[in-house]
Amino acid sequence: MKKVIMGNHAVSHAVMLAGAEVIAAYPITPQTQIVEELSNMCAEGRLKAKFIKVESEHSAMACCIGASAAGSRAFTATSSQGLALMHELLHWAAGARTPVVLAEVNRALAPGWNIWADQSDALAQRDTGWLQFYCTSNQEILDSILIAFRVAEMVSLPAMVVYDAFYLSHTYEAVDIPDRQLVDRFLPPYKPEVKLDVEKPKAFGSLTTPEYYMEMRHKIEEATERVHELLPQVYAEFHNIFGRRYDVLEGYRCDDADLLLVTSGTVSSTARIVIDKLREAGKRVGRLNIRLFRPFPARPLREALRGYKKVAVLDRNISFGQGGIFAQELRAALCNEKEKPQVFGFIAGLGGRDITPAAIEEVIATADKLDEPAREIEWIGLKA
Amino acid sequence: MNHERKHDEELVCSGHYACQGCGGVIAMRHALRALGPRTIVVLPACCWSVIAGPFPYSALGVPVFHAAFETGGSTASGVRAALDIQGKTDINVLAWAGDGGTFDIGLQSLSGAVERNENIIYSCYDNEAYMNTGIQRSSATPLRTWTTTTPDLYPKETPKKDIVQILAGHKIPYVATTSIGFPDDLRAKFEKAKSIAGTKFLHVLSPCPPGWKYSSELTVSVARLATHCKVFPIYEVFDGEHYVINVEPEGKPVTEYLAMQGRFAHLTKRQTDEIQARVDYDWEHLLHKAMLEKFEFHEG
Ligand SMILES: Cc1ncc(C[n+]2csc(CCOP(=O)(O)OP(=O)(O)O)c2C)c(N)n1
Ligand code: SF4
Ligand SMILES: [Mg+2]
Repeated sequence: MKKVIMGNHAVSHAVMLAGAEVIAAYPITPQTQIVEELSNMCAEGRLKAKFIKVESEHSAMACCIGASAAGSRAFTATSSQGLALMHELLHWAAGARTPVVLAEVNRALAPGWNIWADQSDALAQRDTGWLQFYCTSNQEILDSILIAFRVAEMVSLPAMVVYDAFYLSHTYEAVDIPDRQLVDRFLPPYKPEVKLDVEKPKAFGSLTTPEYYMEMRHKIEEATERVHELLPQVYAEFHNIFGRRYDVLEGYRCDDADLLLVTSGTVSSTARIVIDKLREAGKRVGRLNIRLFRPFPARPLREALRGYKKVAVLDRNISFGQGGIFAQELRAALCNEKEKPQVFGFIAGLGGRDITPAAIEEVIATADKLDEPAREIEWIGLKA
Repeated sequence: MNHERKHDEELVCSGHYACQGCGGVIAMRHALRALGPRTIVVLPACCWSVIAGPFPYSALGVPVFHAAFETGGSTASGVRAALDIQGKTDINVLAWAGDGGTFDIGLQSLSGAVERNENIIYSCYDNEAYMNTGIQRSSATPLRTWTTTTPDLYPKETPKKDIVQILAGHKIPYVATTSIGFPDDLRAKFEKAKSIAGTKFLHVLSPCPPGWKYSSELTVSVARLATHCKVFPIYEVFDGEHYVINVEPEGKPVTEYLAMQGRFAHLTKRQTDEIQARVDYDWEHLLHKAMLEKFEFHEG
């Protein structure tokens, strides 16, 4: 059934369809509608879940970890300060191998207070062991939540579905809400191999000496890497059942391009319009959208970028002292290639400043006219 | 099958990692005997994170989930929610935290869980300092006590936080103090806690030989003296209103209790007098509360 809904409600519908059993959440703009709608769904009995109305995001994550360890499908949603507050427990969720799913609405971190889009909050959590999926539309948000549950439970790791504040969270788009039977075919019930079980008492997360700790981390890394193998299969299954096709990377008019613009999140959609316009003017440019950030799709990227001369990475985030995080990781992925493109790093749109088609044209024009980057980070639209 | 095992089965095994004479182990042993094998323990960081044994061993005969220091209340809430949605409502969820994890860093998540009246048992084994990290003061450390962060020249300046009153202020069905010096009381209270729906909070005095600086065979004696000197009264609070005192103290002077422990060796006469005065005052206050009538709502 198609419905015109906001991005946040796309999450609520997906979580209901996924049959989440325990939800714990704390309000923060711009995430609130997700959990308000889920509260309604629980109250009306459309969703048979325990909704724990916690006193903080920190507790929300702790509840989800406990619930998942006890064998239930657990979900939470947050943003910015809330995600930062969870930090210790994000590590815990991954270390405890609990496949919690979290909807993360990208919002800038304070101070100053800013509720608008900025990816720095989610990217600051890149080393916590969470899978991260970035979305460009409300449909993709709904689908990504289902995919996140599926993959997370296959590898026993938590997963974050990330999308821009307001550009998606509060924007209404037509979304195909699938039938439950279809979702049931795609997403089997959560049945972890081990869980807290009084019939088989086990200790989880005990003191782990240097004799074992490293092997446990290695297992987490192996499970994370396994996503590279599993995700294409899951995407294929998703396509078979729902008719929508996804991939880790999504190219747009990349063939024969002299310059590729690499983007993530909603900017990827704006960029398409710019590419069309420039192509009409005879410029050979394309765009590559990165959907999966963790695990980082280094190999697919190397393959996708092979043969190109220039890549311009547009980051709506900043790692102070280093630059845009997508640019940084992309450079690292390419560093051992014999022939590699020049990588230009751009920062734009922090704290919800619009990344307009003109700004994207400026990015492309800057990279176009230089043979190599003039500096590590180029800031777009910076006021004097 | 597990659930047919008898209740007073030993669920704390030998080979655990506690110091000799650890009150915290005695506390867990009696608690689990009362609760039985259909119990899941949530264990935030504390001495018990170590006592329970290193991977791949476990000193407990029940499932244990090691949780972040400040998440006893919240992690237990999540486990409870999962069990309930799976229809396993008979299983006890026991959050087992130290005084640091309860009075200090975990107070927020505990208050959250308690305010929601989660159907869990939250037990604080109180050794009156951060023992795991080497005897630093917590807000459960008593007035004028030595710890490594409140040295002899500058012992703790403020009294122990009244955690029972804080919990009772949440109007939960059951809050009680108990002590490893009174194992029958301890077991009876865990058994009672098991039969009550909603949040149960148990505050268990659990002396610690290295932290309190006494010889390890004296753990039970020290605990008993704490109550008989009225330093640690044993009582219950029902629905946050109705106070019942369970052990009649012998009314010994606090000096007897203080003299047993090296952590009080620096005290001057003036300081012990001050401690005695505060203990007397608090006891009177408790007596007063215990005589209050229970609040009842009469319709119509
Ligand atoms: C967030 C965080 N801060 C600090 C620590 C270090 N830490 C572990 S246990 C502990 C003290 C525990 O004290 P208490 O709760 O009283 O238990 P005890 O060790 O005395 O039994 C501390 C400070 C931690 N694990 N996590
Ligand atoms: S330090 Fe104290 S509380 Fe910790 S194990 Fe030793 S005796 Fe028990
Ligand atoms: Mg302690």
